[in-house]
Amino acid sequence: MRTDLLADPVDGLDEALAAVDAFDDALVAGLLRPQPAQTDGLAALADALGGTPLASLVAEAADKTAAGAAGEDHFVALAAARTALMGSVHDALTARVADVTGRPAAEAPEQPADGDEPAANVLAAARAWLCDLARAGWQGLDHELVGGAAPVVSAMLPDPALRRQATLLDGFAAELAASCPGATLDRIPVRRWADLWSRALLLTLPGAARTPAGSTATGRLLPLGVDVQEHATAVQAQVHAVFEPADGAPPRLVRAAASAPKPDTVVGAGLWQLLRPRMSLLTAVSEGRAMDLDGMPVTAEGDLVWDDERARVGEPADPFATARVALATATDPVTAPLDRHPVRIAVPVLLEGYAAERADDGTVTFTVAGHRLAVDTDRVPDAGPLTPEAIAASGACLGLLRWDAGAFLLQPLAVETTVRKKTVAVHAGAWAGGTTDKAGVRAEKAATDAVAVLRERAGRLLRS
Amino acid sequence: MFRRSGVNIPFDVHGRSALSVWERSSAARVVPPARPRKLAKVPFVELADGRLQGVVSSGSDIGRVYVSSIAAGTYAFACSTNNNRPCGGARGSFCNHLRALVTEAVLQYGARRVARYLKAETTEGEPDAQALLSAMTATRPAQGDTSAAAPVFSRFLRHLAYLELESATAPLPEMQWFPPTRAVA
Repeated sequence: MRTDLLADPVDGLDEALAAVDAFDDALVAGLLRPQPAQTDGLAALADALGGTPLASLVAEAADKTAAGAAGEDHFVALAAARTALMGSVHDALTARVADVTGRPAAEAPEQPADGDEPAANVLAAARAWLCDLARAGWQGLDHELVGGAAPVVSAMLPDPALRRQATLLDGFAAELAASCPGATLDRIPVRRWADLWSRALLLTLPGAARTPAGSTATGRLLPLGVDVQEHATAVQAQVHAVFEPADGAPPRLVRAAASAPKPDTVVGAGLWQLLRPRMSLLTAVSEGRAMDLDGMPVTAEGDLVWDDERARVGEPADPFATARVALATATDPVTAPLDRHPVRIAVPVLLEGYAAERADDGTVTFTVAGHRLAVDTDRVPDAGPLTPEAIAASGACLGLLRWDAGAFLLQPLAVETTVRKKTVAVHAGAWAGGTTDKAGVRAEKAATDAVAVLRERAGRLLRS
Repeated sequence: MFRRSGVNIPFDVHGRSALSVWERSSAARVVPPARPRKLAKVPFVELADGRLQGVVSSGSDIGRVYVSSIAAGTYAFACSTNNNRPCGGARGSFCNHLRALVTEAVLQYGARRVARYLKAETTEGEPDAQALLSAMTATRPAQGDTSAAAPVFSRFLRHLAYLELESATAPLPEMQWFPPTRAVA
């Protein structure tokens, strides 16, 4: 691990992000009647795309938008331009991460296969809403505007082919609703909302959410840890693992995810309860076991599309042993072209021999070979035994290397600490499959009760 | 409130101002998650449409619920059953359903966020549900009409419908934008 490279500047990064920021700033006041500062931002985005296949399309979109005459196609072109720039940032950072880990990359995925296209009407409605948002700007947010997303989301959620779009719009709209009215916001998550806006807009295009053609995986799956993502009405747990193909091909890093929509009052251990029945792998992770896969579907991006019928529980497997033996040589999956964005960077790494420190405000920093690396303890799920205190007292950390807001950071998945001269491993996802831990049992009980009340109310009121 | 947001930490490990870091973060935490609470009495509460609003289970009839709301700023209050019969207790001032609504909202969102949303000024430093209720009732708020009851009830049903949706194992790459947070409101 060349952790010293993490703090080195990346060529072209600042320039690409400056163009992104210029556009993002233009979205703050809305693009209905752009002021000179905003038209400069639009021009900066168009300039950055000069010489690319998108150049003329984006230049025209920037002109029309600057004149206050943008149509939906123009907004889509601007979102595509911003996505392309973020894609280039992703590529530069991914190349740097490869230098740091020294791991080989898997082969680039092929073009997505043709598939059934989801209903166009609801996607057109989503696009119209997103264009209204861009015209109003974040400072122009009000309840009526934000409320326009609700019927779109309700129409999308039951359709599995639209789950990606629905989940994104739902989380985005909830944030916007909580931030109304926009005129009185004292701070605005400028990059984040521009990210979500452009991502959502591109996902309304035919084929945008199509996954790259996949294959099947047969062999041994050795879990490394669990990453949880959640917003008020959705949760996803992603297991990162090393896959050893049965045919003797080189080991590769893969992920397996389970996700579910949820009421906002289902939190903590309730998240595990929603996902547990869908994926036996979560139980295997809790028990510290490998799994044997037989013909499990896997996308070209390295995502297993989990099916319990194609997996059975295997031998005990310690994630730290897996990391020490297999992590250095396993190939990293390659992200599909349209999905490239710095937020997608989540690269399993093993760190040892660092000095951990915890500041008064709770932030944890690891100093590795003289270089400081921020530790994102906030990402460690609440419903688990891993705590910022344990991380600050650790001697080895299995985590995900991420990048946000201009710097690399480490998300811990598990740590090794020394308790009474013995090494003990603490895993963030230890409660994924259930737990006998006292605090865990209490959290499980509270979550069970909450869901029971909601189901009782639903049974009585939804069908009456 | 948010550990990386600029409220508590003026500078990050690279010496950059936390506000500018937050504004240029893709994974900035904007809305803290709901805190766990018991749902039996008040199965649904939300800060939306310019109101604190929700659904309160009737203490006597298991098939009946009350739809209760308090408007931000004016504290105009309303309480009626899901069949639009007015609540007998909500004449002149807050009924027990409205009191329960405020108490549970404070548990779910934290008193500070509820106070900020309702624009309720409390005198003491750290507000609680009791202080919030006193501050609002002291202004002798008017009784609002119950026209909001139907949309609030349908939002509650929509909320319950999330339980009926299938879980899935196809990856959702967009969830990378929604990291969890240990921080609470």
